[in-house]
Amino acid sequence: MTTPETILAALAATSDDPDAIARLQGRLAEQAASEGLLDVAYRTIDTPVGSLLLAATPAGIVRVAYPIEGHDQVLESLARRVSPRLLYAPARLDPAVFQLEEYFDRRRRHFDLPLDLQLAGGFRRTVLDHLPEIAYGTTASYASVAALAGNPKAFRAVASACATNPLPVVVPCHRVVRRDGSLAGYVGGLEAKHALLELEATS
Amino acid sequence: MAEYEHAEISQGEGRLPTTTRPGGSVSLPPFEQVVAEHGQVVLRVCRAVVGPDDAQDAWSETFLAALRAYPRLRPDSDIRAWLVTIAHRKAIDRVRARQRAPVPLDSVPEPVPGDGEPSVPNPQLWQAVAALPPKQRGAVAYHYVADLPYAQVGQLLGTSEAAARRAAADGIASLRTTLGQEARP
Repeated sequence: MTTPETILAALAATSDDPDAIARLQGRLAEQAASEGLLDVAYRTIDTPVGSLLLAATPAGIVRVAYPIEGHDQVLESLARRVSPRLLYAPARLDPAVFQLEEYFDRRRRHFDLPLDLQLAGGFRRTVLDHLPEIAYGTTASYASVAALAGNPKAFRAVASACATNPLPVVVPCHRVVRRDGSLAGYVGGLEAKHALLELEATS
Repeated sequence: MAEYEHAEISQGEGRLPTTTRPGGSVSLPPFEQVVAEHGQVVLRVCRAVVGPDDAQDAWSETFLAALRAYPRLRPDSDIRAWLVTIAHRKAIDRVRARQRAPVPLDSVPEPVPGDGEPSVPNPQLWQAVAALPPKQRGAVAYHYVADLPYAQVGQLLGTSEAAARRAAADGIASLRTTLGQEARP
């Protein structure tokens, strides 16, 4: 410890105290929430359709993201489009985690969570507002959802609203299928869409 | 809110990866990423400047103030220099608050190395740094711990680049003497 080199090395040592940092990060998230500075809280949850990223503003859950969307890219996009005051802060997502666990255990048929739909605008937003009307365990065609949303001819816009749904699983775009019953696309991949419909059909 | 939290930080070598929009302009990364990349270095800066006992509180004050000001930060800023600036001002606030607060005469505790934060590696080193005169301590913290160039260190300490360089060298020499004496049986 007495040569300049060892002193400089000790001063510049990088990862000397990971536990302290983890504690401090948790405390920062709590303080930020209590002072109204936690604009976006996020965490992940393991589910049968992969690790889902969950993010919430004080208004409600704002984003559910599948792994194939790239969680890092989704966080960067949230920082840009919602707020860069974004922290890993699991507490705000507790109700969403609880309800998602019930859903994947086939003990819940619809979600009762405050939603923040600020990432969907215009007709897409209208479509998302109507998707929960498709009952658990059933499916609807793009055209019939277009009719529900008040514009029967807008089935392409319905497809695009589903493809860009910021809250998959919670807002059930997976229940929208082609008129012939085939699945078409899904933001989480066709395998995930099939798994969700299978789960709802067998409960 | 204090003025420094709006301070524009010049672009420097320590510039951080920011996200690039398809259009080519940059935007701020999620604050979580700022904490992950700079949390360690800011904790060590706090240890050096306010001592190991108060370092964690100083860290929390620094990052909370940074989070408050973050949306107004220019995306091409040197984020580490910005955080160190906030930590520096918070340390000054802390010293002033301590000077204002009445201190009971018979209860001034001697600093105990590592007390209250047992996991600090090298407690003697950080206590020795905390015992340096303020300019030397700041120069050692901001140059050798935070890796800021002497020009920026001088700005923070309100002195010239050359004076900051001298203060850092004097500080390291003093640490060497102190720690050398302690190491002897």
